[in-house]
Amino acid sequence: MTETSLEPLVTEVDRVIIRFAGDSGDGMQLTGDRFTTASALFGNDLATLPEYPAEIRAPAGTLAGVSSFQVHISDHDILTPGDAPHVLVAMNPAALKSQLDSVLDGGTIIANADTFEERNLAKAGYAHNPLEGDDLAAYRVVQVPMTSLTKEACKDLGVKPRDAERSKNFFALGLLSWMYSRPLEPTIEWIEAKFAGRDLVIAANKAAFSAGHAYGETAELADHRVIVQPAELPSGTYTNISGNTALAWGLVAAGHLSGLRVFLGSYPITPASDILHELSKRKEFDIATFQAEDEIAAVGSALGAAYGGHLGVTTTSGPGVALKAETIGLAVSLELPLVIVNVQRGGPSTGLPTKTEAADLLMALYGRHGESPLPVLAARTPADCFDQAIEASRIAIEHRTPVMLLTDGYLANSSEPWLLPDVDDLEPIPVEFASGFNQVDEDGNEVFWPYLRDEKLARPWAIPGTPDLMHRIGGLEKEDGSGSVSYDSDNHAHMVGIRAERIARIPVPDVEVTGDPDGDLVVVGWGSTWGAIAGAVRRVCGMGHSVAHVHLTHLNPLPANMGEVLRGFEKVLVPEMNLGQLVRLLRDEYLVDARPVSKVSGQPFTAGELQQIILGELGGEDR
Amino acid sequence: MTDTLLTDGASDEVPPTTRADWQSDQEVRWCPGCGDYSILTALQLLMPELGARREKTVFVSGIGCAARFPYYMNTYGMHSIHGRAPAIATGLALARPDLDVWVVGGDGDMLSIGGNHLIHALRRNIDINILLFNNQIYGLTKGQFSPTSEKGKITKSSPVGSCATPFNPVSVALGAEASFVARTHDMDRHHMQEMFRRSYEHPGTSMVEVYQNCNVFNDGAFETITKKAVRDDMLIPLRHGEPIRFGSEGQFGVARHDGGVELVEVADVGVEGLLVHDETRPDPSTAFALSRLAESPDRPTPIGVFRAVDRGEYAGAMNAQVDEARAARGKGDLHALLHSLPTWTV
Repeated sequence: MTETSLEPLVTEVDRVIIRFAGDSGDGMQLTGDRFTTASALFGNDLATLPEYPAEIRAPAGTLAGVSSFQVHISDHDILTPGDAPHVLVAMNPAALKSQLDSVLDGGTIIANADTFEERNLAKAGYAHNPLEGDDLAAYRVVQVPMTSLTKEACKDLGVKPRDAERSKNFFALGLLSWMYSRPLEPTIEWIEAKFAGRDLVIAANKAAFSAGHAYGETAELADHRVIVQPAELPSGTYTNISGNTALAWGLVAAGHLSGLRVFLGSYPITPASDILHELSKRKEFDIATFQAEDEIAAVGSALGAAYGGHLGVTTTSGPGVALKAETIGLAVSLELPLVIVNVQRGGPSTGLPTKTEAADLLMALYGRHGESPLPVLAARTPADCFDQAIEASRIAIEHRTPVMLLTDGYLANSSEPWLLPDVDDLEPIPVEFASGFNQVDEDGNEVFWPYLRDEKLARPWAIPGTPDLMHRIGGLEKEDGSGSVSYDSDNHAHMVGIRAERIARIPVPDVEVTGDPDGDLVVVGWGSTWGAIAGAVRRVCGMGHSVAHVHLTHLNPLPANMGEVLRGFEKVLVPEMNLGQLVRLLRDEYLVDARPVSKVSGQPFTAGELQQIILGELGGEDR
Repeated sequence: MTDTLLTDGASDEVPPTTRADWQSDQEVRWCPGCGDYSILTALQLLMPELGARREKTVFVSGIGCAARFPYYMNTYGMHSIHGRAPAIATGLALARPDLDVWVVGGDGDMLSIGGNHLIHALRRNIDINILLFNNQIYGLTKGQFSPTSEKGKITKSSPVGSCATPFNPVSVALGAEASFVARTHDMDRHHMQEMFRRSYEHPGTSMVEVYQNCNVFNDGAFETITKKAVRDDMLIPLRHGEPIRFGSEGQFGVARHDGGVELVEVADVGVEGLLVHDETRPDPSTAFALSRLAESPDRPTPIGVFRAVDRGEYAGAMNAQVDEARAARGKGDLHALLHSLPTWTV
């Protein structure tokens, strides 16, 4: 892939990366989101990376309070939100200071000049104004007094100056919309719908938006106008989707496909809460959402609902999974369907609630007492969260087991265009409840055995209310078949074996090898690193190297061909947003010399970083 | 799908059952002499009278001696994990309002490790019947002080006496906005059955505290008030609409005093001076005052229904929201949902 620099007077580029940055109260997430939607409707391929502080309102003007939103738009298919931004919109000095290091050399900085005054400069730790002097000589700097121009634009509307000031993000959006030839209608319509009934707010936001656009047109920005043409993507209908929304919709779809009511037991936690919010709005799909008193009750209620014959789901992040561990162990013992979603974040403990990390893989696989295996899946892109929510539900229902689905803060909040599936093409999930006796006892009486297994080694799902099938289940070890409490040592060994075997036997699709399968090096990933790895592999293959990419969705059980695939390469590189968890699993399972590549900075890998690492691994030659 | 399976072949008329129908084939394994036996018998004898269906009945428990209860009932049952029974029962009762869900647990299970779930179940008013077997000790772990053990209690884990003030389970429940709270004891089958019946009939969460003797680790904890010879003078029966009066001769009673209640002699205040029990009072403060009459269960102690108010059950409200959404927006259309954000076509 070629890097495109933004030379003056260049009117058409193949891609551009823009980062909006400002104070948490400046509305940067909203601005980024609107720019993204307009770009999506224009037909660009895109990927986004929102970042915001854990505090709702960190002290205004400080580095800690900076909120940013990066969007990568292009005329071809792209895989990540991009490496270094070409354009930084800095709404205050703190935004400039905290983001400047990431901006591409020669890139453009659009600064809200009004905020570069003594007090804000001091808060950001600047001894002098960086807009004056040579500090930013490596960049093209566009200073725009956005706050005062916004106030001016709103002056005749009857809006108080303080309120008018709050519309300055729409000024920035209008300016960027002009610079990148974005359509204006979607944003104007959105403003009218979003603030319906608040006429002054609508007027102020529209005035600021138009003023920003007009400023671009009339001021000295003529040489800054750029267009990124629509991308040629596979034909079909697209929508721009975030991981959390896709995951929630996947759960709705799983309910639709199985005919079961979805019962979500959840407790608010960043960055998973949006799944609870989304499903709470979808009651017409026969979805019950229950905001529990704590994480333990959230999973407990979901398990209780599953016992009653519903699709029990709980959604959380790492700290919540830690609390739920004992109940998940109970679900392993009860052999009931249950979906546990872990939207991973930086840890340990409270860690980095709003930043991404993927360090819960080993907890997902092993984080319960006793031998308590369960299937583990990981989504790779925001849209893939839809598919994996269905897949997790399917495995849970068909095999009567708790299933852990891993996503992360990056997937949860970032977005990408999603080629919408045809609902009729989604495969139904068959559900079979036990309805009659299944065994004859010593006296010739028909009886029901709750732990009599089918060919998948799954036990019957016999829900309360079914005549004749009354039975007791629990966390105590039970005799295989009859389900009676049993402390027999041979039976326990047998049951431990059965619980392992029945998970190991779950059929999962083979892994695919992408990139160049004939080289010596394979990059193996899981989860949200997919875009960065695929992008990096694409770039180094484009440079003439032979590098392959294998990406795991199923972490337990692992695909049957995985060992054979790995043994076809001399070098195995495993980039992970942790200190090396999958790499241990691969070394353990396949005795291969897999090597870790770690990133634990609370941010996803960029393709550029991985490109350098892969090139280094290949011997440093840059053909 | 659930509904179809369950209505098939189920007639409206409940077939008559006997105690034996409610007994499972499992051998009961409590210590000989345990108070749990009399509670189990009381309930197994009562179930046929309630007209309940075995297949529609579920017992959910946590961990502890009391938590073995589900194994002995020939119904659906789940012996879950320590403290979590109210949470699991909540999910089950919300998912399946057609079921009768009972929760059985001890003082440690319900008030210590599971205290949070108990109070939230009570405030939400989920339709579950909670039987709290209070023996003021940890039995299954062989004798440590519990959240209801008296201050100064000498146990294996408090060799020089516990430092903690105990919970009064009825006070806790009332403080947690419970809509139904009652107390009974394991020496009086008839009274237990009366309380269990009221619990069963109550819409919403009902909690019945059962004073239960652990004859191995805390024998005789309630003897001062429940032994037949002293019962009349030490137990204060609460009967809705009647003056609160007790004693072998009916010589004692309860009267209002200084914003609360106090024990009085009827001779001093006259019958008309006694407090008339009203379990339906919306304000729980009188019920709370009654729960505080005895500082510990070795003084005259009220038994019976402290509070029984109808304030709307949770599952009904939750399911009504689903019905309203469907009435307003129609049954969910997955295709329309996927196209609900701005879309574009390539």
